[in-house]
Amino acid sequence: MESTFSTTQTPIGQRLRRLLSKVPVILIVLLVVLILIALVAPTFYRPVALLNFLKRAAPIIVVAIGQMYVMLSGEFDLSVGSLITVCAAVAANVINNNPDNLALAFVWVFGIAIVVGLINGLIVTRLNVPSFVTTLGMLLVLQGAISIYTRGAPQGGITDNFRVFGRGNIEGTEIPYAFVIMLLVIAIGVYLMHFTTFGRRVYAVGGNPVAARLSGVNVGRIKTTAFVLSAVLAAVGAVLIAGFSGVSSLSVGQGYEFQSISAIVLGGVALGGGRGNIAGAVMGALTLQAMFSLLNFLGFPLPIRLSVQGLIIIGAVAIAARRGRT
Amino acid sequence: MLPQPETLTAQQTPILEMRGITKHFPGVIALQDVSFDCVPGEVHALVGENGAGKSTLMKILSGAYRPDAGELVVRQRPVVFDHPQAAQQHGISIIYQEFNLLPYRSVAHNIFLGREPMRGQMVDERRMVQDTAALLEELSVKINPTALVSNLRVAQQQEVEIAKALSLNADILIMDEPTAALSLHEVDSLLELVLRLKRRGVTIVYISHRLDEIFRIADRVTVLKDGRVVTTAPIAEVTRDDLVHLMVGREFDTYFPPRARPEDIKGPILELRGVSSGSSLKNVSLTLRRGEIVGLAGLEGSGRTFLARVLFGVERLDSGTILLDGQPVRFRNPQQAIAAGVGFISDDRKAEGLVLPLSVRWNMALPSLNRRQKMGYIQRSAERSMVQMLSESLDLRAAGADQEVQYLSGGNQQKVVLAKWLATQACLLIFDEPTRGIDVGAKAGIHQLMRRLASQGVGILMISSELPEVLGMSDRILVMRQGSVVAEFPGETATEDMIMKAATGLTTNGANGAEGAEV
Repeated sequence: MESTFSTTQTPIGQRLRRLLSKVPVILIVLLVVLILIALVAPTFYRPVALLNFLKRAAPIIVVAIGQMYVMLSGEFDLSVGSLITVCAAVAANVINNNPDNLALAFVWVFGIAIVVGLINGLIVTRLNVPSFVTTLGMLLVLQGAISIYTRGAPQGGITDNFRVFGRGNIEGTEIPYAFVIMLLVIAIGVYLMHFTTFGRRVYAVGGNPVAARLSGVNVGRIKTTAFVLSAVLAAVGAVLIAGFSGVSSLSVGQGYEFQSISAIVLGGVALGGGRGNIAGAVMGALTLQAMFSLLNFLGFPLPIRLSVQGLIIIGAVAIAARRGRT
Repeated sequence: MLPQPETLTAQQTPILEMRGITKHFPGVIALQDVSFDCVPGEVHALVGENGAGKSTLMKILSGAYRPDAGELVVRQRPVVFDHPQAAQQHGISIIYQEFNLLPYRSVAHNIFLGREPMRGQMVDERRMVQDTAALLEELSVKINPTALVSNLRVAQQQEVEIAKALSLNADILIMDEPTAALSLHEVDSLLELVLRLKRRGVTIVYISHRLDEIFRIADRVTVLKDGRVVTTAPIAEVTRDDLVHLMVGREFDTYFPPRARPEDIKGPILELRGVSSGSSLKNVSLTLRRGEIVGLAGLEGSGRTFLARVLFGVERLDSGTILLDGQPVRFRNPQQAIAAGVGFISDDRKAEGLVLPLSVRWNMALPSLNRRQKMGYIQRSAERSMVQMLSESLDLRAAGADQEVQYLSGGNQQKVVLAKWLATQACLLIFDEPTRGIDVGAKAGIHQLMRRLASQGVGILMISSELPEVLGMSDRILVMRQGSVVAEFPGETATEDMIMKAATGLTTNGANGAEGAEV
């Protein structure tokens, strides 16, 4: 929200500019990218292709919404990528090519996620270790643990009834399960963030932890809950990714920590917390995925994604700093 | 030069002069036609209450502020300090309360920061240490030049600051409350150091409200009050009582609402018995009744704010009993205090009172969120009507409930803070400096609101450093000093002199002179 001044007669140019300044930058960026894609690859806009795009965007969006809670509360979660790898590997191992083990696999995957989120949150809030360090450490711990657990290569295997969440469509339609799950996560994310006392408190903690505490907010509990949410949504992301791209490597989750942070920064969340919303995070994630598609259509090699992402993070924060919002 | 027999110092040419300095801030005159001078080798004390203009004057001397009118004359030359280094270039150094030292570098590195002696391309460490040792020796200060600043005591850090200033060829030293953080013994050595500097010809402007120190070292004293110079006099010609009176004596020009009538005051809402916490609170006992406003006076650091934070569950209680509405309570965090009906209006609105990037509505709703929710779902219409009602009754001037509070004026921000606590329907409100940094109109509004709350049966504890506010608002006045409540006066009959003397320990001076010196 921009500061409000009384609107007196101003030249049309200025009024237009003011109107434009209220449109989120990310929406403009997203539209520009989508228009460029339309020019390069018009087939992108066929319904099936579009749904396919959304299916591929779903994991980033889901993970970014979890990351969003952590970042709004003023922290980072760098461990989501490794956690995704851990969840995928554990799922493959528990299912072990037997469809009957599906429920057990979910119990393990989400159980691990909750424990990892709790540990992150408690270390940050009780031991006062900066989240940047805590979750970076957790990233390494999880990576090491998964190498030991799998002895270097994925074990077991997932079955179709697990794969369907990331890969399949709802029977008789062209609508991917991943898309529905994504909508569900967005809905829950919006509800928690914008309609509940928890969401309010997340904003307050990120905006001014001291004032929040003196207003009766349990800062430690709010941050810890945010880390748990982030971990649980990373696990949801893991289910989607494992279904979509399989569990053939120990790097399935690699890069999701930075992709989620890039998406959120693009979406206008202030680093340090207190500002931003789910719509911004979703648009940021879509923009990131659309840029990846565009680069793909333009025939750039895959690794260029990393460089683009790096530039995006720096650029988005620089723009935000110029606007005096961080 | 005309000899002026009544003052010794006036026979000399001033080294530093401020002539007719005026400085306005929006809505406030911080300094009005202030003239002030120092002769070489003089210790000139600058005294005044909080808000009298001492720090503004100092910021002008340091180049942080530029005066709206008046001129600064150093060594008979008019000067304009337009950046912080300008004062330094004219031989003026300022020792702030917060030191500007690098904690993890050595004493020598700090003193020679940015002008290290070089040998070729390398810093000549040995010479730097030798020069530092010589410098400290000259000041009779015993500090190891290679020690890390973070390992030094506060008093030693201060000595390093002074040594650094002198090594920059400063011969005018401005010291802002230099003894505020020192122990009794350290105060003595600092005062001796000041006298040694004076003998070396250094001119010192000594800002303090500890009158005993001033009488030990100052040649002249200037009293500031409400942004004006009340008097400048040789120290021999004034007494402590004179100074206290000059510092606080002022006309009442603010309207305060009428006090509570005896029949309005009901049973106790808060009772403290022998409450102690670390070295900050010592055996505090007090009673606050429903319908009553109790003013808590005292100097900064006397334990008032600490007491408030103990009551609100922010700081730990070591021993003693707190009874809230007759029930013993021991809050471990603010949630518990809020749930029990306590509200705390902090003196630092921006750092502790508000979440600046959030809206008026969200800030107002924060402490009372639990009152308007079902399973965590916020009942928005109830929230909107509550915010609407509070904004109207407090006459909040905002562009709307969704405006971010950072864009509001100080007075309106304070109204948002008040609204937060009104929404919790607290039975005990602790106000810490309720009208600090607020313009006169908004002040009166807040005072009336406080009285209205009291008359509705809320107990109000008001910490204030503004004596007119304490006198005008309180039904009873408690004075704190060094963590204890040392005096109690009825609001009707108390005077500024009485409070100031109790706060500075002058009333017990005969019995306990050494303690008085520390205040």
